Amino acid sequence: MATTIIFYILAAIILICAFLAVTTNRIMRAATYLLFVLFGTAGLYFLMGFTFLGSVQVMVYAGGVVVLYIFALMLTERQGSNEKSPISLAKKIVALMASLGGAAIILFVILTHKFLDAALTAPNEQLISVKLLGQQILSSGKYGYLLPFEAVSVLLLACIIAGLIIARKR
Amino acid sequence: MFDFSIITKWFHTLLTGVMPEWLAIGIECLIVLLFIILLYAILAIALIYAERKICAFFQCRLGPNRVGKWGLLQVFADVLKMLTKEIIKLRQTDLLLHDMAPYFVLTASFLTFACIPWNKGLDILDFNVGVFFFIAISGIGVVGILLAGWASHSKYPLIGAMRSGAQLISYELSIGMTMLTVIMLNGTMQFSEIVQQQADFGWNIVRGHVPAVLAFLIYLVAGNAECNRGPFDLPEAESELTAGYHTEYSGMHFGFFYLAEYLNMFICGAMAATIFLGGWAPIYFPGMDGFNAVMGYIPGFIWFFGKAFFVVFLLMWIRWTFPRLRIDQLLSLEWKYLMPLSMINIILMALVVCFGLTL
Repeated sequence: MATTIIFYILAAIILICAFLAVTTNRIMRAATYLLFVLFGTAGLYFLMGFTFLGSVQVMVYAGGVVVLYIFALMLTERQGSNEKSPISLAKKIVALMASLGGAAIILFVILTHKFLDAALTAPNEQLISVKLLGQQILSSGKYGYLLPFEAVSVLLLACIIAGLIIARKR
Repeated sequence: MFDFSIITKWFHTLLTGVMPEWLAIGIECLIVLLFIILLYAILAIALIYAERKICAFFQCRLGPNRVGKWGLLQVFADVLKMLTKEIIKLRQTDLLLHDMAPYFVLTASFLTFACIPWNKGLDILDFNVGVFFFIAISGIGVVGILLAGWASHSKYPLIGAMRSGAQLISYELSIGMTMLTVIMLNGTMQFSEIVQQQADFGWNIVRGHVPAVLAFLIYLVAGNAECNRGPFDLPEAESELTAGYHTEYSGMHFGFFYLAEYLNMFICGAMAATIFLGGWAPIYFPGMDGFNAVMGYIPGFIWFFGKAFFVVFLLMWIRWTFPRLRIDQLLSLEWKYLMPLSMINIILMALVVCFGLTL
């Protein structure tokens, strides 16, 4: 019962903020509403008892991605330029097609798959322990994730070096 | 050591005896919320008074001494003044974001505040991944500061917010790494477990000797920077930026930033106390049984508050002693000295733990 009430509150927050994020015409507000959507998602993870996943959601999206967005917007966007810029007809048609296509894919996935809601009704920290996750990510065994983990680290290193080269003084 | 979870469990069974569980949980959540807000307010008043007095003594002054005995009522008067001030509405700004920004900072502060273990069995948010959650949730404050700077639509707040964002993101790395060293020593991320281990095997700063002391010192420096306090108070350097990112805020909206700054300092001190100085664990010397028994009778939360306020005093001491750094000095201190040092420290701690060299 308690989890159901909290679920509906979170779902309402996510839906309203997601709607506001795409309908507002101020980009900084859109970023803020997006942040609320991501918090709501983290709340859902906490509600299901996956505290690690919820913390990662807050860390990566709220503390990382949205801060990056806001930083970039602060450096580029001039405040006060709130008037709508005209959007060409071709752009409108492409945007409509993209959103319809996305909606079709998501609806297809939702309608053709069965939800394992029985596994998610009760808070279950013990379903997959964090210890197991940690061991799997650094294991080179059959289901280990050591290779992707290292590949991602190399990618990040490349990003850092590229950033340094762009930003260095000549 | 008295276990507070006996009381909370008794209360829970008492409530579930007369009402459905969801209502009981709701009422408990409300009580916890009230507890957090009350404690937050009381601590803020105590900290502001302590800051003003300590600052005064460092500058050979008396500090507030007219309102009430030893100026004890000064802070209450200030709070009343702040509450009655007008909140000025700016024109040509995004008012929604401008009004929302202080609440982001305050929310981050409240959530990190809720992670602190006050006593044995008296912790509000106690996850399996508590330390990670703590670091993650403290990142929300950066969003609030950046939004405040942007939505003020003025140059000083914008520069202040940029500086503050760069500073907080940089110093978060050092905080995370010093916390990692402690996690390696304890082998767990749960705050209650970390403190329980310290109660059983000795405080981390003693048990981890050299790397733990190094980590503690790095944590103090990085924590001071994370709270935006001197000598790292560049985001609000009044000689160059008026008041930094909260220049355009007035009344209680400014008050929220002020509150969050003081409470973040307390949270920083409380975390240092929890992960290095043993949290609620009393002091024990092996062999001195009589002394240990006496120390065991002192309640855990008194130990906790004593240690937390000791670290807060250290932070204030640093603040009122050192002059302010320049922004490039600040960033090079983090990236060129503190972060490499904390990386080496992690390796050192790994060696200490692997070879069983802990005390």
